[in-house]
Amino acid sequence: MNFNMKRIKAIIKKEFSQIKRDKRTIAIIIMMPIMELLLFGYAASTSVDHIPTAVLDKDMGRESRELVDKLTNSQYFDMDYYADNMDDIEYYIDNGYAKAGIVIPPDFSASLKSGKTAQIQLIVDGTDPTTAQTILSSAGGVVQSMSVEIIQETRGTFVPQSLDLRSRVWYNPDMSSIYFNIPGLMGVILQTVTLMLTSFSIVRERERGTMEQLIVTPITKMELMIGKIIPYVIIGFVDIVLALALSVFWFRVPIAGSITLLLLFSAVFLFGALGVGLIISTVSKSQLQAMQLSMFMIMPNILLSGYMFPREAMPEIIHGISNVLPLTYFIKVLRGIILKGNGFGELYKEFAILVAFGIVFLALATLKFKKKID
Amino acid sequence: MEHDIQTFSLVKKFGDVPAVDNLNINVRKNTIYGLVGPDGAGKTTTMRMLCSLLKPDSGTGKIGGHDIVKDSEEIKKHIGYMPQKFSLYGDLTVIENLEFYSEIYQVPKRESKEKIQFLLEFSNLKNHSYKLADQLSGGMKQKLALSCNLIHTPKYLFLDEPTIGVDPVARRELWKILFDLREQGVTIFVSTPYMDEAERCDEIGLMYSGSIIKNDRPDNIIRDFGKHILCVVSDDSYAAREAALGIASAEDVYLLGEELHVISDNIEIIRRELEQLLKSMNADYTINEITPTLEDVFVNIVKSRTEMTYGKRN
Repeated sequence: MNFNMKRIKAIIKKEFSQIKRDKRTIAIIIMMPIMELLLFGYAASTSVDHIPTAVLDKDMGRESRELVDKLTNSQYFDMDYYADNMDDIEYYIDNGYAKAGIVIPPDFSASLKSGKTAQIQLIVDGTDPTTAQTILSSAGGVVQSMSVEIIQETRGTFVPQSLDLRSRVWYNPDMSSIYFNIPGLMGVILQTVTLMLTSFSIVRERERGTMEQLIVTPITKMELMIGKIIPYVIIGFVDIVLALALSVFWFRVPIAGSITLLLLFSAVFLFGALGVGLIISTVSKSQLQAMQLSMFMIMPNILLSGYMFPREAMPEIIHGISNVLPLTYFIKVLRGIILKGNGFGELYKEFAILVAFGIVFLALATLKFKKKID
Repeated sequence: MEHDIQTFSLVKKFGDVPAVDNLNINVRKNTIYGLVGPDGAGKTTTMRMLCSLLKPDSGTGKIGGHDIVKDSEEIKKHIGYMPQKFSLYGDLTVIENLEFYSEIYQVPKRESKEKIQFLLEFSNLKNHSYKLADQLSGGMKQKLALSCNLIHTPKYLFLDEPTIGVDPVARRELWKILFDLREQGVTIFVSTPYMDEAERCDEIGLMYSGSIIKNDRPDNIIRDFGKHILCVVSDDSYAAREAALGIASAEDVYLLGEELHVISDNIEIIRRELEQLLKSMNADYTINEITPTLEDVFVNIVKSRTEMTYGKRN
């Protein structure tokens, strides 16, 4: 396939002149990453803390107050309501004022002092499983550590323990979901913006009739495709830098790895993602159709790429589909570089796969494109 | 004789309907060839096949010795093609459009600068260089489109109804440009629904239902017509038309603007009968025999063809 840089440059220049005059496209380029990052960054946060909690302390002893303090100090629970009886607890939870209820029985302190097992009741609003899960595990943690303390107090310093599990969470020690979300979100944004823009790029020329003039020139298919893709790779770069800046300076996500490596991967990913956009644009008969097709593509990308749900939990078929989405690999790379500080050594496989996607999709788009008008 | 543009039994069907049906055209080097015909005759399809925008179903063609199917990319270096619909970038300026096509055709930089300046003056667009193409008038758009197609100095120029939506002054200018180009050695293939434009061509092909039914120099076509035409101008053209339609020996009767044209082999009988009828109607009128125009010939041929296909009406 022969191609001439001068023609590619002409197409790139032309695309930028057109983009420059198109306010809507500029709005998509600048506003979409900012808005999506802010919206998803906050709304899709799965970290749960300061859970509004109702307490019914029937014991009112030193030990029960200590327990409540410990739960409060864990930052997970806010003791917003002090109930007088079970009906109150029910009222607070039913009406959504509280997500959790803690009931301490009258014999709590007494049981502890006499060395018996003391029971506490935890009531959880399970309508939102994510929140419920957090409540259960954090309450469990607090109670567990308190038990150990009590045992130590009552039996002296030596506590024989057969197993001592000390978990340490790496990379994201606070298990903050925003740290986890944002790298994935950057990938999703990049995919969405560039797919939308490129999916219009060819079909718009067909609809407006400008393609008819362009294809009677000696321009080759390859030149046209490369010339169409490069402006959007550059725009994708602007967007990734924008998203990075927002993540670092607004969300305070620390970037563990190399930004240069991240940009290199972004470029490779963009070729594949844009190749998909070009294929859509080539097979679509109208801009409307292109829009529908790209929407159709964006959903599986968001749902299956591992951005929202862990791919490990997916059924085999779905997992298979997620394997052919470039975004899947890019998100892995983004999380790897941003959270784990991965270098090229850990990511060369993803690099190879993304390069392959780029070549395959670009080749497909070029093959699909006909220098004809029917 | 040397032919620059030729087609050999060119066929293109859309579904089962042939848009171009066994078409044979020969265009001499350095001439203006006019493809004339009613809407839907297949002019645009023919032009698109010649410029390799459509693949013929069968048959082929040659431009400057290159096959339109096999050597389409070679041909593209030497042709200019102006589609019927404005096909430049409306959101680019005049000069940006020119620069873009000059780069696409790989015109060397210095040459390109001179050429763009020349084309801007040549097409009177100099004062509009920095306007967006969308803001130009119809005539200016066409001149810009033509200029973009001349940037690489093509040997063959294809123009699909270039004067549609263009005012008479701009039309005249555009034709002057075409004559100049012919002087410079360009072979021009133009389609038009306008007969006055057809008369300016060196040779025309009357296209009907996908084939050429008459191909000659415009003056030869008129000379070969062989029928006589009476031109009736009266204060009530419609009544005159009704009257003329009633005369048995009138072969064809139609209105061209205010003029009523009556065609016949023997016009003296017609003249007498018409005069009587118009007198009885107390109408003011003049009746003269006129030399047929291309329009008369065209209307007559198309009409007789339609009657051959669909049977006589009225």
